[in-house]
Amino acid sequence: MAAAPDSYKNRQFLAVIGDEDTVTGMLLAGIGHVTPAPNSSQNFLIVDAKTETANIEKTFDEFTGRKDVGILLINQHIAEKIRYKLDTFTAAFPAVLEIPSKDHPYDPEKDTVLKRVRRLFGE
Amino acid sequence: MSGAGNREQVFATRQSLGVMKSKLKGAEIGHSLLKRKSEALTKRFREITRRIDEAKRKMGRVLQIAAFSLAEVAYATGSTGNLSYEIAQSVSQARFRLRTRQENVSGVLLPAFEVFMTEGGQAGGDFALTGLGRGGQQVQRAREVYSKAVETLVELASLQTAFVILDDVIKVVNRRVNAIEHVVIPRTENTIKYINSELDELDREEFYRLKKVQGKKQREAAGAEAEAKERRLALEEKGVTHEEKSDLLGDEEDEDVIF
Repeated sequence: MAAAPDSYKNRQFLAVIGDEDTVTGMLLAGIGHVTPAPNSSQNFLIVDAKTETANIEKTFDEFTGRKDVGILLINQHIAEKIRYKLDTFTAAFPAVLEIPSKDHPYDPEKDTVLKRVRRLFGE
Repeated sequence: MSGAGNREQVFATRQSLGVMKSKLKGAEIGHSLLKRKSEALTKRFREITRRIDEAKRKMGRVLQIAAFSLAEVAYATGSTGNLSYEIAQSVSQARFRLRTRQENVSGVLLPAFEVFMTEGGQAGGDFALTGLGRGGQQVQRAREVYSKAVETLVELASLQTAFVILDDVIKVVNRRVNAIEHVVIPRTENTIKYINSELDELDREEFYRLKKVQGKKQREAAGAEAEAKERRLALEEKGVTHEEKSDLLGDEEDEDVIF
């Protein structure tokens, strides 16, 4: 009723946008996937101080547009940079998950989903 | 909302009255069913939001531990810079994959993610040789910790997806409930009222017409009788006997019977 089964049948990967440590850990766990050439693409993006916001936005759009990504993990401090994009992204798939990073502890006040939760219960 | 204005365009007939009545009944049944559905979904929704809250907290803790284990790796290997570069370069195929299964909540299909490992390859996957020189043990440990963390994250993602979908569905269902309650039912009731009043009006008109017709007939009959009486009196005056007349009538009656 809400979502057709085809829309999430083939979503079998996780994608990460995060700082070096987070991405390294996730890759170590084995979520990284690089599709072979010619149209080679990877499902993770390491963001450091030099990465431009435009690039993060582009990657976010790319990951959310991919049909094989089921969950998109994004560090909260990076999510802050493209907050408006997260706020306008309301689709069920992929599930966008804000995760804390080593240097930035988790702040539930900023989370888009938790904001929605609070608004629904009128707090 | 109320008033005679808001009704359906129907002809006031008994048939359309029946149609409207069954429509009202259907709307009431549908309303109660949808209301129950909405309540069931809301219950589920509240449960999910509570679990999301818990899972988010848990995620914070798990990732903290994971980050710490990575720090251990950094300490053992000297620096993470080379290591992360090495790891990023050696990625080829995802070991962690997702599988979706469905859960049915009051007719709403909620997808849920499930983690599974791809088979094949050595136990260590792509990173069996990572940190072989130094800190291999820490690397393997970090790997395990992060695997657990990812599982927690996947669980949270399932909840979040369910949350987003349920949110949409509840909105749709509530809209339907309200539409039936505040638009369809009053409208149908108004239509029924209108048809009833219209039918009553027709009844009254018919009754009045019949009364009129009857009144006219009676007047005519009275007039005819009076005329007949006058004529009879006139005949009597002329000397025509009553018997003759009755004979005549008798003859006519006989003819009728024979015929």
